Order: sequence, then structure tokens, then C-alpha cells
Amino acid sequence: MIPSPDVLPLPASRLVGRPPRALLLAGAGTAIAAFIPLLYLLVRASGAGVQRVVDVLANRRTLETVGTSVALVIVVVGACLIIGVPTGWLLARAHLPFRALWVVGAALPLAVPSYVAAYAWLAQFPISGFWAAALILTLVSFPYVALPVTAALRSSDPALEEVARTLGRGPLRSFTETTLPQAWPAAAAGALLVALYVLSDFGAVALLRVDAFTRVIYTSYRASFDRVGATVLALVLVSLALLLVVAERRIRGRRHRWRVGAGTQRRAVAVNLRGLSMALAVAWLALLTGLALGVPLVSLLLRMLQGSRTPLDVGELASAAVNSFGVAAAGAVLAVALALPVANLSARYRTPMVRAIETVSYTGHALPGVVVGLSMVFLTLAVLPIAYQSVAALAFAYAVLFLPKAIGSIRSATAAVPPVLELTARTLGRGPLRAWAATTLRYTLPGIATGGLLVLLTAMKELPVTLMLRPTGLDTLATELWSRTDVAAYGSAAPYAFALIVLAAVPAWLVGRMVTNEFESEGVHP
Amino acid sequence: MTGVVVHGLTAGYGSEAVLHDLDLTVPSGAISAVLGRSGSGKTTLLRILAGFVKPAAGTVQFGDRLVAGAGAGFPHCFVPPEKRRVGIVPQEGALFPHLSVSENVGFGLPRHSESRIGELLEMVGMGSYARARPHELSGGQQQRVALARALAPRPDVVLLDEPFSSLDLALRARLRSEVCGLLRSLGTTAVLVTHDQEEALSIADLVAVLRDGRIVQAGTPAALYTEPADLELARFLGEVAELPAVVRGGLATCSLGDVVVGSGEPRGLAFEGGDVVVVLRPEQLELSRPAGDGRQVGAGVVTQTAYYGHDAVVQVELADGTRIPVRTPGGVTSPPRPGEAVVVRATGVGRLYPR
Repeated sequence: MIPSPDVLPLPASRLVGRPPRALLLAGAGTAIAAFIPLLYLLVRASGAGVQRVVDVLANRRTLETVGTSVALVIVVVGACLIIGVPTGWLLARAHLPFRALWVVGAALPLAVPSYVAAYAWLAQFPISGFWAAALILTLVSFPYVALPVTAALRSSDPALEEVARTLGRGPLRSFTETTLPQAWPAAAAGALLVALYVLSDFGAVALLRVDAFTRVIYTSYRASFDRVGATVLALVLVSLALLLVVAERRIRGRRHRWRVGAGTQRRAVAVNLRGLSMALAVAWLALLTGLALGVPLVSLLLRMLQGSRTPLDVGELASAAVNSFGVAAAGAVLAVALALPVANLSARYRTPMVRAIETVSYTGHALPGVVVGLSMVFLTLAVLPIAYQSVAALAFAYAVLFLPKAIGSIRSATAAVPPVLELTARTLGRGPLRAWAATTLRYTLPGIATGGLLVLLTAMKELPVTLMLRPTGLDTLATELWSRTDVAAYGSAAPYAFALIVLAAVPAWLVGRMVTNEFESEGVHP
Repeated sequence: MTGVVVHGLTAGYGSEAVLHDLDLTVPSGAISAVLGRSGSGKTTLLRILAGFVKPAAGTVQFGDRLVAGAGAGFPHCFVPPEKRRVGIVPQEGALFPHLSVSENVGFGLPRHSESRIGELLEMVGMGSYARARPHELSGGQQQRVALARALAPRPDVVLLDEPFSSLDLALRARLRSEVCGLLRSLGTTAVLVTHDQEEALSIADLVAVLRDGRIVQAGTPAALYTEPADLELARFLGEVAELPAVVRGGLATCSLGDVVVGSGEPRGLAFEGGDVVVVLRPEQLELSRPAGDGRQVGAGVVTQTAYYGHDAVVQVELADGTRIPVRTPGGVTSPPRPGEAVVVRATGVGRLYPR
């Protein structure tokens, strides 16, 4: 779940006027595709009748589920803020030994899928329940707060604190009254991403047996006696997620106001910690990195070294990896194909129609995997039974879910190419499509590749959609890990967990860079 | 009323030193400008005055109050910025983006100072913007608010760090004169740091020129412009005509003939008989039409003309190949065109520098 980059300041890359009809049609096609899962759930819910829906909503179990999920979100977001803001300050403003190492340590937890982290802890400690899930989710999602806060504190104008000093504030109050407020929007946007992550997360709550939305939806789908219940719950979940997405956009949209003028290019003077305070700072970072990265990695290594009663079947691991790659690659190709028209439209035109297409195409950003999985199961069974549990349905679900990543990456690349190149190619006798292919497409290939890679790697570690939609007998790394932990075969699951962490490190690194760059670039584009 | 006295100030250490043993006296109630190119150390000097940087050696006094003293033989003392009674207007204002205009101005005031805030905003012409947010203001408006914020706690000294450099030319000139008028009417001691010689000369009572961490010359704008300490400074402060010359008996003989170098000019004697450069400002030269065969002293050809309305600057290439600028009256008199033959005559007293 990366912050959608659609509110990034763009260079003057816009064209005036209406977009070509064919491009608009292609974009509308993408938007419709992206909206299908949600639309179908709405259709199902309305087909069930008002009385059934109200019954489900008023059900005690529903209310308990809402309560559990909301409580989990509040606890994790609170913990991430408490951990992330001071950590961000340390990384941004203190002279630390091995500072670069601590920064990487604060970014890498993003690389640990929640169910892998939960599995790694379960493999060593007998934990379960609400607080265990809160701990795991905090450890994997605090970077969403810590990284943007670090970037915001590093890029804030040091002149603000200096002016406050001349106006009678001591060093501490100068910081809390001028610089800290500059970091709040970053922290708040990060906190909302954490909330969205927690709300959508399936792996950790399922493994730790917390009856949050995603687990309840999944189990009631599996029990398959209460399809209306699952549908209504899914829609409630989506509504909550949409609220978070809207709130996050509003904060990010308003962020430009928090910087006036280009400011100076000076960096703030780093604080020298001495003695006890330095020891405490290093101990804090070591503890955090140890819990978020050290425990999972050591746990996996121990499990692998101990081996298990059933020896590792290398062939099985390899075939799971190949399967993961295959279905994820299909999803990535589809996502890129769907993203191209939308990215080109939104980089070049700003008509109401284009805005609408873009917004709808980002639906996947607010859709938890469980919801997309559920909808696709119902849809294929009802409309196209041949597609039920097919690679095509799985790839389509991946594409819808991760379309925002592909659009974001292709759009930034497209916006960086001046449209005059394409127009010049037109004057030299190329038709619209050939002119585009000869100029814009050529220069955006790296962005397209990045977008595709991001979708590929994210899809490879996706769990709930894969569980629900995979063809019978097709095992991926994620589903192998899942089924092994289900039967408490912790030792034999370790190699799969390890492979998943290695895979996930790549997009985490990319996301870490994006989050950091985005906030740091604030200073350059006021 | 508080002046600023800086003595033996050194910042940085060894070969890294940014300021070297610097002495400067800023008169109380006056506007002083520290003029220098980027890297000259002028910003460091300002930051030391504000208390953001501790000097390696030397003292800083505000009136008879010692605010910084360090190094061998100096009293050890460092007053933090919040206790200095100093106001600062940084580059581009640095308004607090999360506070409204009136909250920015009230930042250094006790609670419930609404009337004082209103008075300050009126003073800088921003009375109707009290509720605005910084991002809603233009660059010039932001600077006005930044000035009001700095003046609010009635500081002893106001420091201005290139406050006008980000504004466009017309606005810069207007805001500059408004700000100076205001500071003068309040009688506040002000130190302005700038790289713009025109800005320094036009608004300051005293200009100190900083180069490589040392003060090259300090004095009134007129003294600096007419008697610059060296050739580099002469060029930095305005356009110059440089003519190779030989000094004999208080007269410099160059391609314009004999130029008076001033009886009160002690250096004239020092250079007696030596090879020197005589420097004249463009307004110390005069053009006339050539008479006769055009081989008289000071004859040349116009290569370029820039007409400014109030006057014009004509570039003349003399017979020996030297190019010099000449300022001629503007208005309805058309300046000579490129290619026209002219004769240049010196009307003022020249300055001598070693060649």
C-alpha cells in the first residue's frame, strides 16, 4: 500500500483541451474494470433485500467485529505515532553513530509481510489475540510514520527555529512550536496509511486469531452459509477504508500550505547527544530494529537450522516460487496494460472526465484484498463459472488491487516527458499512436518497468486473494506458508517465509525511497 | 539606543576560518549594511550577531552589554539568541507556515497583545491581512510580516539577511525604501546583509565591505564609492573607466591626457613616477564631438550605447584600444550612436591603484 502519488506536484506537462476519444475510451475501460469488484458487491447486497442487510448490520457479531477492528486500528496507529515521531526526530536531527544503518533499519520492516512476521513470532512464542496482533502490526507498519517524519524534519527550514530563538524561545520550545508542527501533516498522513494497512490486513489477524473484519469475512466465506453476511461486512469494511483514503488525500493535498517560499537550502544543525541521552537513543533504535527485524530473522534462521521432521522439499519450494512468479507476472502485465491509458490521460489532461477516470481507477487503493477476493469468487460463480478459481480471475484481482501502483509510477514517468516531443513527431508525419510510441512511450519505458515490477513483487507476497482465487492445486509461496502454519508445521514453513522476505525487500526499498523522496521534494516544489 | 561593537572576531578554526580578526562598529540608531559576495563570511557575521553561531575568538557588544566573548584574552560569555533582544528578518521571511499572520507577529509578544499586533501590522501596511495564512501572501507581503514579527518585542538590534533578494526589481526598490523609512522613524539599530551593492549604497548610513572574512573598507556610501580602498572594490561598487597611467607631479598622464589625482591624495606621491591605473567613474567623463582631423587626445569611437531615460552609458573605444564607459545626459538629447567618433575628457579627480 504505497501512498498514491497523484497529488504530487507535476512539471508543466499538461496539454490544453480535450483528450483524444480513443484514449478516453481506453481509460474509461480501465476505470470500469477497477470498479467491477466493488460494484458487484453492491449489486449482491442490494439483491439481498434491505431487511437482510439491516439484520446483518444490527447483528451483535457485526458490531463486535467493527469494535475489534476499530480498536486494533486505534491501538496500532497510536503506537506507531508514539514510536514513529521520536524515531523520526532521532534519525533526522541527532548525530548518531552508524546513522545510515539505523535509517535502513527503520525502513526495512516494510519488507516483512504481516503474516510472515506473525508466523516468525508464533514459531518462537506462544502468542495470540488482540495485543499480539497489535504488536506485530505496529512493528511492520511504524515506518509509514517514521520515514515521512524523518523526511519532513530533515527538509524543514532551520530558519524557523532560529527566528523563534530571537523571539524569546529556548531551544526546546523553538523546536516544539515551529518545526514539530511542520512534521504533523507527514505524521498524520502516515498514520492514516497505517490505519488503512491495519484495516486491510488479513495475515496477522488470521494467524493470531483476532476476529477483525478480514478474518470474519474470510471465515464466513469459507463456511459459505452466510454469503450476505460476508458481503455486507465487506461493504462496511470498504466504507471505513474509503473514509481513511479520503482523509489521507485531504491532508496530503493541503500539505503544500505548510511550506512558504523555497526557503534556504540549508539543513538543520544536528543535535549532539551526550552520555546518557546518546546511550538511550542508540538503545531505543537497537530495541526497535531488534524487535521489528531481528526477532523475525533470528526466529526463521533458528527454525531453518533446527530443521523439521519433514525435510525441506526443494522441488516443492521451487515450484511454489515459479507459481508465485507466474500468477503475479500475469497480474502485473494486466495492471500495466490497464494503467497505460489512465496514466497518459492524467499526466496530460485535467478535465473533469479525466479526474473521474483517475479517481475510480484508484479504487483498489481502498479495497482490502479479502474484499476483492470475495467479490471475484461471487462474480465468477454467478456470471462466468469457467473463470472460477482460474489464473485469469486471480490475475484480474491482482491488477485491480495493485493498479494504483502501476498508474502512479507510469504517470510520474509520463509527466516528466515534455508533450512537445510527441507534438513535434506529429508535425513530422507520424500518426497519433506512432508519434506516442516513438517519443513518450520510449522515454517512459523505465517508469512502466518500475510500475510492473512493483505490482509483480507485491502480488507475489499477496495472501488472501491468492487463497480465495487460486486454481485448486496451484500452490504459491504465500499459500504454502499459510497451509503449513495452519497445521503448526512451523519448521517446514521457514524456507517459504525466508523467500517471501527476500522478495518483499525489493518493493519495500522502492516504497521507502518514494515516501522519503516525496516528502523531501516538498522543499523543491512549494 | 544600542550600537553594536565587534572586536577581534574570528569564526571557524585554522584554515577553515570564515572570519578573521574582524573589527566593526555599528552606530546606534543607524542602518548599516554588510556588503559582500557569497562566501565572503557576511552571513556568518550576521549569525554570530544573532547568537546562532558561537565565535571562535573575539567579542560582540550590544551597547555596553557583552553578548559574546571567546578566546584567549577575552572574557568568556555567550548570551543565547532568546536573551539578546535581537530581531531577525531572514531570507524569504521564514514565516511560521502553521500560524496566521497575526499569530506570527504575536509569536514574540506576551498573550493578549492584540492591540500591539494590530499596530505593527498597520505599520507595515498589512492591517487587513491579520487572519491570512502565510501561503496566501506574496513574497513582498511575507517580508512585511516578517519585519513586523521581528520588531514586535522592540529589539535593540534588527538583523536583515538579504531580505529583498527574492523579490522582483520594482518591488524590491519600493519595499527597500519603505522598510528603511520605517526603521529610521523608529530609530532602531539595523544591520543589513546583502550582496547587492546598489542596495547597500542606496539605503545604508554605513557600509562595511567584507571579502574573504575580512573587512576591506567601512564608511559612508559616498566615501566608499568615491574612494574605494582597492581596484577590486572600485569595480564591485559600480562601473569604472580604468586607464593605464604614469604619475608626474600630482597628475596622471593617460590616454585622456593629464588627469588630476587630487592634492589630498597621499598615494599620488607614493606612486610618483610609477606605472599605475587611474580610475574614473563614468559620470566623471564627458563626451564631445571631435574637432579637426580627429587625432586629438581622448579621441575614440562609440561601440555601444545603453539609453536609460534619465541618462545613457556610452562605451567608447579609445585610439589605444582601451574601452571605457561614459555617462551622458539622457532626456531628449540623443546619445551618440555606435560607430560615431567622439572625444572623451575627464572632468573629475581620479583614483590611483598599482598596476
